[in-house]
Amino acid sequence: MINADRIIASLIIISSLYFMWHAIALPIGWNGIEGGPGGGAFPFWLSVIMLICSAIVFWRSSSGTKFQKFSFDTSMIKPILLVSVSLLCTVGLISVIGAYIAIFLFLFWYLRVIGRHSIGLSLTIPVLTPILMFFFFEVTLRIMLPKGVSEPLFLPLYAKFF
Amino acid sequence: MDLLTLLSDGFATSLSPFNLMIVILGVTAGLFIGAMPGLGSVNGVAIVLPLTFVVPPASAIILLAAIYYGAMYGGAISSILLGIPGASTAVATTFDGRPMAQKGQAALALIAAAFASFVGGTIAVILFTLFAIPLADLALAFGPAEEFALVLLAFTTFVGLGGDDILKTIIMICLGLVLSTVGLDLISGQPRLIFGDLPGFYSGISFLVLAIGVYGVGEVLYTIETSKSNPTVSNAKITFKDLYTGIKTISSYTKTMSIGSFLGFFVGMLPAAGATPASLMAYGLAKQTSKKPETFGDGNIEGVIAPETANNAASTGSLLPMLTLGIPGSPTTALLLGGMVMWGLMPGPMLFIDQPDFVWGLISSLYTANVAAVLINIALIPLFVWALRMPFSVLCAIVLVLCIVGGFAPNQKMHDVWLIVLFGYAGYLLRKADYPLAPLVLALVLGPLMEKSFRQTLISEQGNILAFIERPLSATFIFLSLLFFIWPLVGLLRSSKREHPHFSSKRPDFSRQNS
Repeated sequence: MINADRIIASLIIISSLYFMWHAIALPIGWNGIEGGPGGGAFPFWLSVIMLICSAIVFWRSSSGTKFQKFSFDTSMIKPILLVSVSLLCTVGLISVIGAYIAIFLFLFWYLRVIGRHSIGLSLTIPVLTPILMFFFFEVTLRIMLPKGVSEPLFLPLYAKFF
Repeated sequence: MDLLTLLSDGFATSLSPFNLMIVILGVTAGLFIGAMPGLGSVNGVAIVLPLTFVVPPASAIILLAAIYYGAMYGGAISSILLGIPGASTAVATTFDGRPMAQKGQAALALIAAAFASFVGGTIAVILFTLFAIPLADLALAFGPAEEFALVLLAFTTFVGLGGDDILKTIIMICLGLVLSTVGLDLISGQPRLIFGDLPGFYSGISFLVLAIGVYGVGEVLYTIETSKSNPTVSNAKITFKDLYTGIKTISSYTKTMSIGSFLGFFVGMLPAAGATPASLMAYGLAKQTSKKPETFGDGNIEGVIAPETANNAASTGSLLPMLTLGIPGSPTTALLLGGMVMWGLMPGPMLFIDQPDFVWGLISSLYTANVAAVLINIALIPLFVWALRMPFSVLCAIVLVLCIVGGFAPNQKMHDVWLIVLFGYAGYLLRKADYPLAPLVLALVLGPLMEKSFRQTLISEQGNILAFIERPLSATFIFLSLLFFIWPLVGLLRSSKREHPHFSSKRPDFSRQNS
């Protein structure tokens, strides 16, 4: 089995190096005139500590089995991947077709395909949720959710409620 | 001003019809959130926080505190009826609560949990009221040096007392602090860590984005993995006779309840501890001091009473350092702190002077929330039994939608929603690999204060680093921080000499995901 602990530690090492690289845009040393560290010092040196600790975690998990805590229920990989990808697609679709249609599609997909619920439930929740969202966010809070190409469909509703 | 006068003024605020409705609404929502396996107070507060713009700031905080409170009560419901803790804070309640339900005593266990929570909550709120002013007065003497030292102390308690892998805890604290520096440099105003000039990062990373990602999306993924099938729900019907018998039985356990309440309150005040270790410690202590320790685990009512008094007392205890010092005692209070800052209410001693109506309104609302929670809890038990039969997939789908729209609403930026998804996946993987998430969220919330106070002190002292140990209060905090940091290292060295050539830093697991 792949040692996932080592993979996570490697990702943290890479992130630490990435943060350090961006942090050096500002001074990371001691500011002699004002006193105290420069603007980049805090993120830089904290990333250094992170780098050292994650390197030790990496070394530790390479040198023995004691710390290989990461266990995965393999039968659940598929549903988790399915939900993760669906979520990613939904967020991507929000800017294109708007939040209301994207969320309708997400809920329908989730309940019907992933949850294997009846068609009645799989349609009721996806239809009711965007309606409630519209009244809560747009009518009550005046927060406009992104609508993408579906914007023209909302013009009659705007005329009625605003 | 007299304490009682302040409190009665507070009641004038919290008992206004609107705020009373807010408390009832919050407690009911909290009870449901707490009762749902996989969702605890921290998830509830993270998901609901962006939706609270609909009410004024003071009422929003009262609502969130009521959700926090309600969730502490609710956690016990699924522990007893399902055998799965509704939140990690109710883990200890399953030990005896579930056997009681299996023996047909679900009603008694639920009544015991509700009343024990009420007693724990009430004693803790009284302690809170008594300690709030002295602690706020002490905090008035704080300068930037003390602020820095106190935040440092909060972080080192995670290392010393957290119970998680030390290296992983340090990594999480550093990661949270680094993420808190994204945006503009506090002193020079120059952009910093904006990752290739991405405009979304100029305003920094909101604690809300991280919290919704980690505790919303991440939690859903974790729940999907850990709950393959829906478990069986025990039935519970409560009659007035049950209620009478229940209260009579519970009232004979005053010692267990007092120990749980006091222990919970003081353990809850520590940033690294919180409600989960408090309830486990109370369970252990109740077992040790019990006349029938051998019956623990087989459905001893004391095993329900002790953890439930402690976790409710701890949730109140963790509000005390948040409100008086501006240092949250748990991840949920860290979110409350972030919410308060967002609404322009800066927690700390000055809040007691500038906004006494708000502070005492909030404190008095804890009393009303306690009464409301116990009544609603008992009254709605049939509804909880029904709700617990709701398929996980419906709950997960709704929570994910709330995460998306809730994450978008505060700043109306898709950038935030993308970050939520990213943090969600990262949080799930980090949790799987045993990285504690509470220090990450706390570090993001406290990071700006830590950096600001550190740099302010050094600028005002012309770079003299000894300034931190020249002031007595600051020196005390630094000394305690060192102690918390060195203590586990000594233990590490000892155990590594004895057992293994490599680091052996895993200590008893008091997972505080939802404390």
